[in-house]
This record gives sequence, C-alpha cells and structure tokens, in this order.
Amino acid sequence: MTLELVGITVLWLFLFGYVIVASIDFGAGFFNAYSLFRGNQHILTRIIQRYLSPVWEVTNVFLVFFFVGIVGFFPKTAYYYGTVLLVPVSIALVLLAIRGSYYAFTTYGGLEHKRYTYLYGLSGLFIPASLSIVLTISEGGFVTEGSSGLELDYWALFTSPLTWSIVVLSLASVLYISAVFLTWYAHKAQDQPATDLLRKYALFWSVPAIISATGIIIELKGHNPEHYSRLVDIWWLFGISFLLFAGTVYLLTKRRAYGVAFGLLAGQFMIAFFAYGGSHYPYLLYPYLTIYDGFTNEAMATALIVAFIAGLGLLLPSLYLLLRLFLFSKDYVTGKRNDHA
Amino acid sequence: MGNAESVFFSRVLTELTLSFHIIYATIGVGIPLMIMIAQWLGIKKQDEHYILLARRWTRGFVITVAVGVVTGTAIGLQLSLLWPNFMELAGNVIALPLFMETFAFFFEAIFLGIYLYTWDRFENQKKHLLLLIPVAIGASFSAVFISMVNAFMNAPQGFDIVDGQLVNISPLLAMFNPATPTKVAHVLSTAYMTSAFILASIGAYRLLKGSNHVYHKKALFLMMKIGLIFSVASAVIGDFSGKYLAEYQPEKLAAAEWHFETEGEAPLMLYGVLDNGEVKYALKIPYALSILAHGTPNAEVIGLNEFAEDEIPPLYIHYLFDTMVMIGMWLTVLSLIYILGVWRKWSFVSTGWYRWLIVLGGPLAVLAIEIGWWFAEVGRQPWVLRGIMRTKEAATTSGNVDTMLVMFSALYLVLAIGSIYVLTRMFRKNTVEQELSDRQLEKEGEMR
Repeated sequence: MTLELVGITVLWLFLFGYVIVASIDFGAGFFNAYSLFRGNQHILTRIIQRYLSPVWEVTNVFLVFFFVGIVGFFPKTAYYYGTVLLVPVSIALVLLAIRGSYYAFTTYGGLEHKRYTYLYGLSGLFIPASLSIVLTISEGGFVTEGSSGLELDYWALFTSPLTWSIVVLSLASVLYISAVFLTWYAHKAQDQPATDLLRKYALFWSVPAIISATGIIIELKGHNPEHYSRLVDIWWLFGISFLLFAGTVYLLTKRRAYGVAFGLLAGQFMIAFFAYGGSHYPYLLYPYLTIYDGFTNEAMATALIVAFIAGLGLLLPSLYLLLRLFLFSKDYVTGKRNDHA
Repeated sequence: MGNAESVFFSRVLTELTLSFHIIYATIGVGIPLMIMIAQWLGIKKQDEHYILLARRWTRGFVITVAVGVVTGTAIGLQLSLLWPNFMELAGNVIALPLFMETFAFFFEAIFLGIYLYTWDRFENQKKHLLLLIPVAIGASFSAVFISMVNAFMNAPQGFDIVDGQLVNISPLLAMFNPATPTKVAHVLSTAYMTSAFILASIGAYRLLKGSNHVYHKKALFLMMKIGLIFSVASAVIGDFSGKYLAEYQPEKLAAAEWHFETEGEAPLMLYGVLDNGEVKYALKIPYALSILAHGTPNAEVIGLNEFAEDEIPPLYIHYLFDTMVMIGMWLTVLSLIYILGVWRKWSFVSTGWYRWLIVLGGPLAVLAIEIGWWFAEVGRQPWVLRGIMRTKEAATTSGNVDTMLVMFSALYLVLAIGSIYVLTRMFRKNTVEQELSDRQLEKEGEMR
C-alpha cells in the first residue's frame, strides 16, 4: 500500500466517523424540534439531551480532523477546493457555529426558547446539505479552470439532478442513522415511549435513504461514466451493504436486538462509504486532481502518519473512557446520575 | 470584484475572524489552568470555597469553549478558503503542527466532557482533579502547535526552493524555527496572564456590587498572584522576542520603533507621532533599543532605510507596540501593589477606586492580546510567508469574499451578544451565597 493510499484511507475513515456521529447529532436536533412541534416533546427531550451533552464537542473534532488532514496529506486540495468552495462551506460554517454555540447556550446557560429549538433542528438539516455539495463537485463537471483561476458553475450545480440526489441522500441518511441509534439508546434507558416513537421514525426514513442511494448510482451513469463503471465493478459490495440494511430493518420491525441493528447499520454505511470512495479512486477532484499529483512530499507524509499513530494511541483509550462513563454506564443512561457541574 | 478587492476583503475577514476567535481562545487556554489550581487548592486546604470556584468557573468556561470551538473551526477552514495558494504551498511544510493541534483539541474535548459530567460521581475528589490535567494540557498544547504554525510564517525554514519547487522538506525543522520559542512562550504566558486578570476583575466586580463574601476575596487574591507571576514572565519573554526580532526580522522591530538609520547606542521611542518621516513629540530613552535588541547599550540596530520600500510593514504598528507594552506594565504594577497591599494591610487596596482599576484590568488584558496580535501580524506585511510569498499572491481569486465578510460579521455579532447574555445571566441568577447555602443543606440532608 502506498503512502497516498494510507493517507486517503485514514482521512476517509475519519470522514466516516464524522458522518455517523454528526448524523446522530443533527438528527437528534431535528427530532427534538419535530417533537416540540407535534407537542410530544416530553417523550424525546430527556433521552436526546442525556446522550448529546457529554459528547457534543467531540463531534466537531472529527470534521476538523478531516479538513486539516486533507490539506496536510494533499495540499493541492487547498487550492482546488478552497477556491471553489468559499460560498457553500462558509454557509455551512455559519450554521455550524450558530448551532454549536446555541447548543451550549441552551444546555448550560438555561437559554430556552421554542424559537431556538426550531432553529437548532432545521440548521442541522442544512449543514449536511451544504457539506454534501462537496461530494457533487468532486464528480467533476462543475469547475472550470480559466486564466484568472478556478470558477464554480453554480447554475450547472443547482440544476443538476445529481446534486439534489446527493442532498436527499444526506438528509435521509442523517435522519435514518440518528433514529436507529436513538432507538437503541432509548431502549437501553428503558424508556418505552421514546423507543417506540424513534423506531417508527427509523422505519420511516429507511425508505428514502435506500431509494436515494440507488438513485445516485443511476445518476452517475450519465454524469461520470468512468466512475459509474468502477461502481458497477464492485456491485457485490453494495449488495452486501444492502443485505445489512435489510437486516437492520428486519430487527427493527421485529422489535429485537436494537444494538445489533445499529451495528448492522454502521456496517452498511461503512461498506457503502468505502465502496463509493474506492470507486472514486484515484481522483480527488475529477478530472483535475488525483491523489498522486496532489500528494505531499514523502517526509511530511511519514511525519503525519507517525503523528497519526501516536495520536490514536492517545485518543482511543480516551474515547473508550468517555463511552464507558456515559454511553455504557447504566446509571447515567437511565438518568439516575447526572453529576453535571 | 477584481483580485485586489479579493485580497483586501480576505485580509479583513481573516483579521475579523481571528480577532474574535482569540478572545475566546485565550480564555480557553488560560482558564483550565486556573480551574486546576483552584481545585487543587481546594483539595489541599480542604476549603469548600476553592472547589466552588473551580465549579463556577467551569460552568462559565463551557460557554466560552463553545464559541471558541466554532470560531476555531471557522478560521481553520477559512485558511484554505481565503488563502488557497498559501495553504497549497505551506501545507507541504507546516501540516504537521496543524495536524497535531487537532489531536490536542480532541484530547481536550473528550476530557472536558468527562470532567463536566462527573462532579459528584467520584468519592475521591483527587480522581476528578486528574481529569482536569488532560484538559489543561490539551488546551495549552493546541496553543503551542498553532503558534508554531504562525511562527513558521514569520521565520519559514525546513525546506529548500529549487527552480520554484519545494525540496528537502523537514517538518520538524519547520516546527522548531527561530520564532517558535519566543512566540509559543509569549502566547502561553499572556494567555494565563489574561485569564487570571479576567477572573480577578470578576471577583473585584462582585465585591464592588455589594457582596462582601470571603469567597470573592480568596478568588481575587489568588488571581492577582497568578496574574503577577505571568505578567512578569510575559515581560521577560517579551524582551527575548525583541532580541529575536533584531536578529531575524529587523524590519518589524525597526518599523515598531520608528528606527530609520542603522546605528549603535540606539534610543527607544515611546509614543510620539510621525509627520512626513519625522518623529515628533516622542519620549526618547537613550540606549534602550540597543539593550532591547542585543542586550548591550552600544550595539548596532538595523534601521528601516536598509530595506526596499515594498518590503517594510506599515509604520502605524508603533502605536500597537507601545499600547501593548504599556498595558502589560500597568497590569504588573497594579497586581504587585495589590498583593503588597494585602500583605502589609494597606487599606487603599480594598477601597472602591482600586477595585474599579482591577475590574478594568481584565478588559485591558484582552485588549493587549488583540493589539499584540495585530502588531505581530501587520508587522510581517507585505509577506504571508516572510521572504517567500507575498500576501497578495496568496489570496483567493473568488469574487464573493465581500458577501462572506458581511455574513461572518453578523455571525460574530450574534455570538458575542449571545455569549455575554448567557454568561451574565448564569451567574446573576445563581449567586455564590445561594450556591454555598444550597450545598450546605444538601450535605446536612445526606448526614441525616
């Protein structure tokens, strides 16, 4: 395995981590707002708060890690993506900033108002939508390189069905992942009403999630045939991913083994995510930038990988401790302990 | 929008984001250390007041951390969005400390979450104190790594340029460049100093506003002591920074001091105005610049006239330098007199007017941080990478930077108002007296 591949695999893994933890976070905010709107907030709020409170800052770090890492391993991405993404990423940044800070303001500062709960829930859906634009752009066809620099063709971008398929996929997956996780969490907390409600949401969102995922493969056939043919070559990976999806839905319908159901879901998304990423190889931005011509020098790559391994040595035990103390602590999950400063 | 406008708005937006971020970032670096000291004292002295100090500071700290995290994410991405050409070049050499900073940040985030939610969980409070150590270390090391990146921009090294290509790259040499020791040390000591003065000014304010509780007096005295220690440290490191500048970035020092002719026995100019290249109304301290630059009174200091016109920074940085130094000196004296006053029982240090001066100390320290960074950053203009890449070659070519500037300005306004409102409300609603008596009742309840 070359250093380039190690680099992109590490980054892709962290992006996957962000997709999962951020989906849980964004979806939780949306379900919380939706339950307020429907007048049954009492069922969900406590479960959601209890999970989110100790881990909210950690979510953000996965994203920071990814974008710092990609500029580190592939400095040319700063030039290509940095120039064209100014507007969509700035919008995502503003939303992330408002969302993150108002979470802290309401949770710790007691600043409670219905308006904020709605804003919080909705902003959580706009962020994945604005970030997923990056995936669309990476497929090529929206960026032109002229004499004055790179230009992003917004009109082509916003009229492309591919863009909207990816946006729909990101929204549906956010809500699906979140609902499945929270079903499991509510079940652990022995909170029957919350479990039932979230299970319903999970089953509901599984449908658009799988339809839009299939839709994108079809869209790509017209948009980027090269990528499409690579996808078809590894169709069996998507087949396995679909079987895992079916397993999750089956367990949810039968009200059985929610923990295993979430495990299958993580497997489903991981396989699909890596199959998609692998078929994108070797392009970072089609057709301008491949992982080979965008890669940093060997000395920096080695240093980054050493730093990465040392960092993981520090992080994994810490993350384990965090999960032990909260996610897997019976007293905490069931609400017998809070111990908040 | 032409390229010149893109450069201008990119500079303004970066300055705005950083100026806003460093307020919260400085607090984020310094406060964990203060919380740790308070908790440690509380355990050592078996004094409930210090434990409560740690607890209340922690609650406020979370709010500032939240704003620090989100604005930090913003500047992290803006580096690539606004300065893509710079990041493409520098990323090859300086990515390592940037990457390590995210680990430090990750480490801090995990343990802060744990610390916040385990207040009464452990029988042994020392276990809880142990959780704070990774928080404080993570916070300080983020500052160390990110200051290294900034130091690199001032003194780039660790690579060779052959035919426009970067070769022979050494990430470690880039991290430990000549600017690193003074930069990192000054950033850390001033962050601790500023946090101490902010917390002291809160204590003084509560005392002024009618509470005469011993809790506030303990907080005030502790913070003034820590503030004094770090302001002396900052001054000493500041002197080393002057020597660094004389050696490696003489144009920055010369511009800051309005030192035009290269000469020995150079005097230091305080205040004054610049009128057609003539310095007027300035206070001249003989030999002081030579001492600042090289440690001896007759050493030769390089003047601005040695540099090409388009390679010198704007001369207004003189005012920034003066203001920063004056505030530093003032805070050192203020805390020194307070501490002596408490020991020697001088009554004026507990009078209203002296306490108002202490209240003013926190905002002044923050102002000095801002001004110091403006000085450091404007002082390396016109370069983004000193001697290698000019700022105007580094900026984005995108035409939407002005709109983004408006959008981010609105964001920072909302965040500033929100955080100030939440913080004041948090503590006004729940006074120390109230919380102490609540805890007392809780304890008695347990004993029964």
